[in-house]
Amino acid sequence: MMDADEKRSETYPLRRRGVARALLRGRRGLLVVAGLGSCAWDITAAGDDPLNFPLWGAMGGAPAIGLGLALARPDRRVLVITGDGEMLMGLGSLATIAIQAPENLAVVVLDNERYGETGMQPTHTAHGADLPGVAKASGFPVTGQVDDQGGLDAALPVILEAPGPVFFTIKVRAEDLDFVLPPKEGVILKDRFRQALLAPGPAG
Amino acid sequence: MDQWADDIFNVLIGAGVRQVAYVPDMGHKRLIERCNADERMTAVLLTTEEEGVALLAGAWLGGERGVLLMQSSGIGNCINMFSLTRSCEFPLLMLVTMRGQWREFNPWQKPMGQNAKKLLTTAGFNVEVASEPGAVAAAVAEAAEGVFKNNGRTAVLLHQKLMPEKTFGK
Repeated sequence: MMDADEKRSETYPLRRRGVARALLRGRRGLLVVAGLGSCAWDITAAGDDPLNFPLWGAMGGAPAIGLGLALARPDRRVLVITGDGEMLMGLGSLATIAIQAPENLAVVVLDNERYGETGMQPTHTAHGADLPGVAKASGFPVTGQVDDQGGLDAALPVILEAPGPVFFTIKVRAEDLDFVLPPKEGVILKDRFRQALLAPGPAG
Repeated sequence: MDQWADDIFNVLIGAGVRQVAYVPDMGHKRLIERCNADERMTAVLLTTEEEGVALLAGAWLGGERGVLLMQSSGIGNCINMFSLTRSCEFPLLMLVTMRGQWREFNPWQKPMGQNAKKLLTTAGFNVEVASEPGAVAAAVAEAAEGVFKNNGRTAVLLHQKLMPEKTFGK
């Protein structure tokens, strides 16, 4: 049985699929890395795109992938969308990102306070772990938490445009949703991303 | 004794390597200093080696080449993250300074050090060993070519004989 803290996220007003759509609407060349599980399905539900790199594993690695990408392409905005469980497995990468301080990188955690792929067990954030606090203490210059639609509206331009690195937690409802799966062949995901980003021509 | 490290630096510059991910290590001290001092390189200090595996996947997605520097104890930290490298066939060049094989004072270094080659092979890497200072540059150059031109995954193990002996004051 879950206690009251652990059930709290069942009533959060923001829904993850709507948040992903809002982040990616009119995305204008945004480079997107999504952590494994729900976030990979969320960005795919918002519209599959060659400039999406959804993970099927590598738990804890999404923010560091975003860092490597942001350092390689300072001319492009890089958005990492990941879950609270994935972020918790790679907390050290926040300190690593803060040292490099790429202005073009934003890390957004869709925090439903659950491990969604394994049976919706509570994560550490259900018990109070403060991820924006960790990011801030690690040296991120821009951090924040979003709890409702008004907060999301205010945060979107910061996440998408402000000089970073930016870290936001967006509290989202714990809910079971349909799977919307991206391609799972890693080589295809890699090659289509590089082709869209690096190949010259109108598609680039 | 720094010559082989300078040789590696020159090979990496020549191979177009721009992101250098590392966890601080005595054996790589000179190379890390060179990379940090050169504006062509972005040296990325990691909290754990697996971050470097992910970082360099991102670098490659963005069109940049990188290298991961670690001590043999770092191999174990990377094992699950290597599934990213392997599933997506990302190129990955790793230079591993060895512990646990030669005049090792600390027995806790032996489990990873003595199994480094076996673990890396199981994880799908080509493994090359460089034991003599004069052979290091060629080994790294060959590895870099295979990694970046033929989309490979290679670890060069730098023998503990190349490093100063660590005695913990004993």
